[in-house]
Amino acid sequence: MSNATATAKKKGGFLAGTANYLDERVGVAGILKEFGRKVFPDHWSFMLGEVALYSFLVLLLSGTFLTFWFQPSMVPVIYEGSYAPLKGAEMSVAYASTLDISFEIRGGLLFRQVHHWSALLFVAAAGLHMLRVFFTGAFRKPREINWVVGFVLFVLGMAGGFTGYSLPDDLLSGNGLRIIDGMIKGIPYIGAYTSSLLFGGEFPGEAIVARLYSLHIMIVPALILVFVAVHLFMVVIHKHTHYAGPGKRDDNVVGYPLMPVYVAKAGGFFFIVFGVIMLIAATFTINPIWAYGAYDPSPVSAGTQPDWYIGWLDGALRLAPTHLEFMIGDFTLSMNILIPLVVGILFLVVVALYPFIEAWVTGDKREHHVLDRPRNTPVRTAVGAAGITFYAVLWAGASTDLIATHFQLSLNHVLTSMQILLIVGPIAAYIITKRACLALMRKDREIALHGRETGRVVRLPHGEYIEVHEPMDEYELYKLVGYKAYEPMLARPNAKGVITLRSRIRAALSRFYFEDRVVPPTKGEIEAAHDHGKELH
Amino acid sequence: MSDKSKSLAKAEDAEHDYSAGLAVIAPDAVKDPGMEPHRVRMTDKSEAHEKRAARQVAALFLFSIVSSAFALYAYFAFPIVEGSNASVRDNTLLLGLGAAFGMLAIGIGAVHWAKTLMPDAEVSEARHQTRGSEETRARAIEIIDLANKESGFSRRKLIRRSLYGALAFFPLPGILVFADLGPNPEDSLKHTMWKKGTRLTRDPDGKPIKASDVTIGSVFHVIPEGLAELEHHKLEEKAKAAVLLVRVDPTILKESAERKDWSYDGIVAYSKICTHVGCPVALYEQQTHHLLCPCHQSTFDLTDACKVIFGPASRPLPQLPIAVDAEGYLVAQDDFNEPVGPSFWERSVNE
Repeated sequence: MSNATATAKKKGGFLAGTANYLDERVGVAGILKEFGRKVFPDHWSFMLGEVALYSFLVLLLSGTFLTFWFQPSMVPVIYEGSYAPLKGAEMSVAYASTLDISFEIRGGLLFRQVHHWSALLFVAAAGLHMLRVFFTGAFRKPREINWVVGFVLFVLGMAGGFTGYSLPDDLLSGNGLRIIDGMIKGIPYIGAYTSSLLFGGEFPGEAIVARLYSLHIMIVPALILVFVAVHLFMVVIHKHTHYAGPGKRDDNVVGYPLMPVYVAKAGGFFFIVFGVIMLIAATFTINPIWAYGAYDPSPVSAGTQPDWYIGWLDGALRLAPTHLEFMIGDFTLSMNILIPLVVGILFLVVVALYPFIEAWVTGDKREHHVLDRPRNTPVRTAVGAAGITFYAVLWAGASTDLIATHFQLSLNHVLTSMQILLIVGPIAAYIITKRACLALMRKDREIALHGRETGRVVRLPHGEYIEVHEPMDEYELYKLVGYKAYEPMLARPNAKGVITLRSRIRAALSRFYFEDRVVPPTKGEIEAAHDHGKELH
Repeated sequence: MSDKSKSLAKAEDAEHDYSAGLAVIAPDAVKDPGMEPHRVRMTDKSEAHEKRAARQVAALFLFSIVSSAFALYAYFAFPIVEGSNASVRDNTLLLGLGAAFGMLAIGIGAVHWAKTLMPDAEVSEARHQTRGSEETRARAIEIIDLANKESGFSRRKLIRRSLYGALAFFPLPGILVFADLGPNPEDSLKHTMWKKGTRLTRDPDGKPIKASDVTIGSVFHVIPEGLAELEHHKLEEKAKAAVLLVRVDPTILKESAERKDWSYDGIVAYSKICTHVGCPVALYEQQTHHLLCPCHQSTFDLTDACKVIFGPASRPLPQLPIAVDAEGYLVAQDDFNEPVGPSFWERSVNE
């Protein structure tokens, strides 16, 4: 052993010495052997998850900085700080300390803005990452559980954002809390109690900021860290998916080795993400709490907006129709609160369970590591488009007042249009997307069979004009035809000769998914098409 | 356990032959031609290009040092001066720009390095089924069986069931201690500071309002007398007691018989707390006499008992009955006759 140590030292100097020291104590050589040359596939869309991860790291760094000054207390004080317009105003310690971070500490405002911008980016990147995973079918076996883990991370991101948003105790976030309080009170039976437990008595009380603070700086980030660890652990276990293409199979992984290429690319990308957030934070103001004033239950400013990721829930509240409150005996049932809540939760549940639904419909039990081109799965892509449209209408619904004032429309008409669009929009998006996907598949099939149009028109000796089609090389061809089509399943009787309801539902769903399809041309078909072409030419 | 072994045996048969479900696999599908040939980059072919790329990477890293150093300089050179918002802006901007370019240059440099100078030929690595080999799985079952046998977990029903019971009960104290997070709301939600004779005062200075000061078309944001001086629970009281006072032409008010004397010569007072989710209903449209909540656009008709005419709210805003005292100041006749603000389950339950 000591001999080995000595030789290692002699051979490589300090670096080898350190490596040897670490290997003899933590077995670093084994770790490097296992992971050092692990292959990662390359595609720009794989960076969306990275953006989310890195903006979370930025959140941790900038948030820690803010905790050194922020005081989560709602005790009223008279402001004597350096922001002149609010001098002498009564406000909570939380709001005053946020003003101090902004106006007294060098870099304080910068870090507040870094923190807020990276929170917006975190949820946005996580959402886009989910869409990438959805539209490419990366959630299929064996990654269904990791989809759910990622989904939980997305929800935790929203929770982290909302709890943090309310901490400065300014007028805008205070009204946001008031809305939450109103929604909680609307929950049947437990509403008033739950609100009292949360706020430590009547709204707003003096407890909520400190409570949200422990959620925001401890519980939510700890949960996010745990789920991120599980998420990445599963990525290592499964190895990353790769896009369909020549050489990409379910039993291999094609890409670049971790060391050195991915260390440089992903490590460099962290600095790019942090740098871009810093650039935005340095140049664009966000959440200027000094302009809103301290929280007071009486005033409110018109045209206020929540952070973007809460918008869809606020929109759901707005789009609920009038007069949805009922009495059950002496008890009040606020359907105008419950319907948006239930619709929001149902939407999230469907998102979380989608991989299991699709797996049941296709009956496909194989592992999938090659991603689908979105066009090759028309119904999944169309369902995704419908989901996006539903979310987007709810989201736009949170801005009905701004849309009305900016475009000089009637507020009432904008809202009614949104209500109609919420139902019609997803259906239209579904139909259009599905048709577009099928058309793209037919175009691919056409190109695979007859080659690319060159635009070159040639006159044949006997006078006929033809356009020359250029055959594709085998790699390009495989990109177009290297997918598998599914066939709709028929409802079959079971061993007892009965067609169960379950099997009928499954057959109906299967028809819904695979009735309209374009199968990839086979080798025989392509050859036949070429021969046909030759004859003609 | 025998069930598990059976299902394992089943899985064994299927190990390399999972159901493809409804996927159609054509026998003469186009074959995968294998990986595309690697395209050689300029930096691989020409030494001049390679050297230039190396210089670019180093230049980016050097620029990063300069930027970060500038951020350090900006921290001292652009301090925050009390009362000067421009100094806050300059500090934020220049410190931030220095730090941003310090990081961006490192990132762009590293990626440029990877893309131009590190090998860019894709490599392929084998990928295995996620499930363990049959050997591993058999061993796993064996371990579970052994643990079960050694502990008697399946066999000793009494131990197992009493453990389940204990595990179900032990968290309850931990949940119960959260009960003191807040008091039982009791009837606090059903009462406000308004009492018979409480003067209507301006928000926020607490000056009483004379009926003669309220001209037609004007709006007053109102709090009860004494609220501004409260030592404790000022915001909680304000969150329930805030009122909007408007005077309109008395002839356009549609007042029910029982509320005939709740207004004073066209002056009406309504709770400012929206019956939807509690935002302040702060916008008054003078021409239409509509009150609009800026949060979710619930609209109330001031001339018709503040009934909901649009938006997600369901109930009219509660009306505060008002009168005028001997000195001509507006006073409340009583508290609201119903809870203000958002609906809740026990809202209409009588005490």
